[in-house]
Order: sequence, then C-alpha cells, then structure tokens
Amino acid sequence: MSILSKTLPLTASLATALTLAAAGVAHADGEMEKCYGVSMAGQNDCAAGPGTTCAGTSTMDYQGNAWKYVPAGTCATIETPNGMGSLEPIAG
Amino acid sequence: MQPSNLPDDHTAAMTRALLGGGIPRGVTVKRGQDRARRFAVYRNNVMHSLTQALATRFPVIERLVGTEFFTAMARVYIEQHPPRSPRLFEWGDTFAEFLRGFAPAASLPYAADVARIEYARGVAYHSADLTALSDAELSAVAGWADRARLVLHPCVQMIRSNYAIVDIWQGNQPDQAPRPIAHRAQTALVLRTPHHAIPVLSLTEAEAAMLGAILAGMPLLEAMMAAQRVDPAHSPNTLIALLHSHQTIISAQEVS
Repeated sequence: MSILSKTLPLTASLATALTLAAAGVAHADGEMEKCYGVSMAGQNDCAAGPGTTCAGTSTMDYQGNAWKYVPAGTCATIETPNGMGSLEPIAG
Repeated sequence: MQPSNLPDDHTAAMTRALLGGGIPRGVTVKRGQDRARRFAVYRNNVMHSLTQALATRFPVIERLVGTEFFTAMARVYIEQHPPRSPRLFEWGDTFAEFLRGFAPAASLPYAADVARIEYARGVAYHSADLTALSDAELSAVAGWADRARLVLHPCVQMIRSNYAIVDIWQGNQPDQAPRPIAHRAQTALVLRTPHHAIPVLSLTEAEAAMLGAILAGMPLLEAMMAAQRVDPAHSPNTLIALLHSHQTIISAQEVS
C-alpha cells in the first residue's frame, strides 16, 4: 500500500506528461533553453581528400612539434574555478 | 584495420611514413628529383586534409584555442590517433580523451567536455533513421505509465560536465561575439530534429537524472523517482514534450 501511495502521484504526473506531449501543448515553465540548431551541412565531405587539394602543397611540411603555441582563441573569456582560461602567448 | 588491396606490410609502411616515419621501400621518383622532398608533399597533403577534417568536426575547440594552436595540436593527435576506419565521420572519437591529457591545453579544463558535445553532434547527425511514436501511440502509453519503459532514438545523447559546456558551445558559434561566460556545471542534451538540425540543449539537474535513467533503460517510474530525488518539485512535462516533439521516442515497452 505504501509503495502504491507513493507511486500513484508519480504515475499520474507521468500520464499527464505523456498526454500533454502527445497533444503538443506542454511548453511548461521554459526551463529548457533551446538554442539554434546549427545544421551539420557538409559534415560528411570534410574538405578535400588527399590528392584533391592544392591547399597544402605550397609548404613542404607542417611546422614541427616545438610547442611554442598556447591557446589564443576565445578561451580567455571563459571563467573556470581557477580563473580565466587562456595564457598569454609566449613572446618569441 | 582498414580494408585494402595492397599487401599489409606495404600499407603499414605507408601509414608509418605518412605519420613521420621513414619513406617505405618501393617509393621511387623520376630521375633528378629528390625522393624525400616529393614524399613530403604527399605527407603534407594527408596531414593538411586530416587537420581540416578535425577542424570541421570540432569547430568550437578550434575557436577556443585559436587556429595556430589547433593546427599544431591536430598534428600530435593525427600521429597518435590516425583514422582507423575509412569512414571519416567515425574519426575523432578519442579526441576528447586526448584533450583531457594534453598538457598544453591544461588551462582549458572544459575543452574535453565541449569536444564530447561536438563529437556527439556528428554521431546524432549520422544516426539511423527510425520511426518515432505517433501522438496517438504516445497518448496510449499514458494509460500504463506505471509500467512503461521508453526507448529513445540513438541520436539522443547526454553529456554531463562540471563546466558550463552548453554556454561555452553556444557562445562560440560562428555568429557569436566572444563574451564572458560564468562558471557553472551544466548537462548538455544533443539530439537530431526531424529537420536534421542538431541542437545542443541545457538540462536541469532533475531532467538530467530523469533522462539518464531513461537512457540507462530504467522504467519511467524509476526515472521519475530519480528526478524527484534531485528536485522534489520536478515535473516531467518539459522533458517528455521535448523528446516527443523532436520525434526521439521510438517505442514504449511494458515492464514485466
């Protein structure tokens, strides 16, 4: 009995949710933030395959592995518990 | 490994060579040309196209770290995790883990979870076409809601993070100017709409608990209990309506 009395209201609220969803009316409290779904056009045909592009051929090779780079994009605007993300680029 | 008509040892030697190893036996050039120089062009084309593929798959990561950093990082990733499948959309599954352990990016602790969102979007985009429950079918489930288990479309994925990954992802779309993003934990929901858009949505903690339980195959009633343990006032209306309106509820099974 106690299990039933506990689950009855839950079942009722689930039934309501299913009914509302089926009726297409439940846009409740707006808790869900909807953002624009950026479509994924072109996802499958990433740029050109080997041999079909000349973009890479002008340089002989990508730069070596010397780690002179630090993150320098928009990460500086993002707060973490340890402060902002980016480091200053290392001079030279 | 990848199917090929070439002898295995030659394929393996070429793969090693393209990722920085020595030029394989049997690779020749016209008289008077420099073999190393000619092969470097080929190697560079492979590196360039894979870097572009990675940037296409992870555009927010590229924007977060900048193009120079991304390009240099991609080289390390390509060398350590070259594609294992001829299907390029399957590549990058290890990129989030790679980022987590990549020391030069340690100042961006959220990057790995943002990369999980970006990979999940590709998975959602390429997931199978399945028919969802109709309005009438879902409505009928209401009659046995206490015994129902929902099966969701494989495009539905949830990513939990200790960081504001949805805000970061949204704030770094091409039309967004950089702006301050405050620290908070967020759970992202990635799915595919009937129109093949791949939105990234933010879930409340209770919704995350409920969806997590549904995805784990638990009955709706138990999913509801899980949500109410997080928030006693939780209403399932928004989440269920969202899943149904995007046609991601594939079937309902009766719990025995």
